[in-house]
Amino acid sequence: MLETLSYTFIQNAILAAVLVSIITGIIGSLVVVNKMVFLSGGIAHSAYGGIGIAIFFGLPMLLSTSLFCVFVTILIAIASYKRRENLDILIGLTWAVGMSIGIILVDLTPGYQSDLMSYLFGSLLAVSSDDIIYMALLLAFIITIVFIFYREILAVSYDTEYAAIRGVKTKLFYTLILVLSSLTIVVSIKVVGLILVIALLTIPIYIASFFSKSLISMMISAAILSMLFSMMGLLISYNYDLSSGPSIILVSSLFALFAFIVKSIRVYR
Amino acid sequence: MQTTAKNIIEVSNLSFSYEKQQVLENINFTIQERDFVAIIGPNGGGKSTLLKLILGINPLQKGDISILGENYINQTQHIGYVPQNTNINTSFPISVLEVVLMGQNSFKKRVFGYKKDEKEQAYEALKKVNMADFAHKSISELSGGQRQRVFIARALFSNPKILLLDEPTSSIDAKGAKQIYETLEELHQEITIVVISHDLSVIMKHATKAFYINKQLFDHDLSHINKNLNENDTHLCEVELLEMLGSCRC
Repeated sequence: MLETLSYTFIQNAILAAVLVSIITGIIGSLVVVNKMVFLSGGIAHSAYGGIGIAIFFGLPMLLSTSLFCVFVTILIAIASYKRRENLDILIGLTWAVGMSIGIILVDLTPGYQSDLMSYLFGSLLAVSSDDIIYMALLLAFIITIVFIFYREILAVSYDTEYAAIRGVKTKLFYTLILVLSSLTIVVSIKVVGLILVIALLTIPIYIASFFSKSLISMMISAAILSMLFSMMGLLISYNYDLSSGPSIILVSSLFALFAFIVKSIRVYR
Repeated sequence: MQTTAKNIIEVSNLSFSYEKQQVLENINFTIQERDFVAIIGPNGGGKSTLLKLILGINPLQKGDISILGENYINQTQHIGYVPQNTNINTSFPISVLEVVLMGQNSFKKRVFGYKKDEKEQAYEALKKVNMADFAHKSISELSGGQRQRVFIARALFSNPKILLLDEPTSSIDAKGAKQIYETLEELHQEITIVVISHDLSVIMKHATKAFYINKQLFDHDLSHINKNLNENDTHLCEVELLEMLGSCRC
């Protein structure tokens, strides 16, 4: 066991899992309370467009995907200011169009693309030191924003109309929450892949919601739970030679089921 | 009766339309200090639209609104607002105290957390609606009526001169509604209250003026109506009310 920990790729995997757990704990809470889960799904799948661009043009993966996702997110945000009821259709569109762009660009790129599966289902064991730095910077950025603007973010998330009356720039903060979500999705793709990102943004938050009385406590407990689940998933994945992403998701889901049963028993008593 | 009282809200020649449909037409009225105004009228008649115009949520198209004698823009700090649909986001992880703290006008810049005096101010607001014991409860643990009183406390947080409420009792039971109106009656000792409500009997018991709005506005002075109604009744007979009101020009 200790010998295993001495490998750099294992250390990177653990570090990435911890960083992404904290990031998704904070941002996942915002996604859930703002009812943006489907929207995040759309952004996650459109991320494939960014991946395609990176492969076709030979650009750095994280940077290219981040820029593409932020661009898509801002488009969705601006379009949804006016007509919130069209949001569903917009999400469906970006979901499919983003993926299609990605697939076509990969088709057009000469040579066999072996690592495409890793974008779909994650590859914790292939995280580089550069990825770790990117994740750490994103985490620092998110924590700074949430600390400075906690009250505004809380007010916009809880009651947008009232926040606007009290002078909060609601569109700005709505867009900010969306942009942070899309950046979070991009780094989470490394851990669980774009298909499973939604699980990482919702399952630990779902469990945390059972006992959280404030948004900040929900963020902290979701981050801790997420760290725990990803460590267990990583351990299982390493020992039994299974994909790390689905292992983490299944561990989380089992705990969610357990938490749900415990909660139901308490209610019936 | 209150001829020397100060004008709190003055509205003149106000008209408003959503795209092609005219919702309000040439509205004129004055609300004076310590009035308790009930706004009644059919659904779609423009009641909520009028409130949103006063609050600055809807843009002013035609006419004038002045609050405390000044142009209404940026005067919303004098107004406490309790929105209609308070049953949204009931499972949100937020404490009662945090909801009340949201009532603050333009948040003071402070990294995280709340100042001690802000918290005390929030407690004071909760005391006014008899909800201070619930300060640290989660909003999801409250009943509809309790939650509504928390929203009134949020509106009171900034010490407004006027309290606007949009159907505060529409989604709560009769007992909860009665408590809400008792709370409003107490608050009326200090501030002006404007409430949209379909609950005629309760309005008749507390209001000093009634505005009937259906595109146009008709006002009624209720001060001549006998308010010594049976205190034990939670609901009054509509026929009895009709007799009290007599004929009217709406």
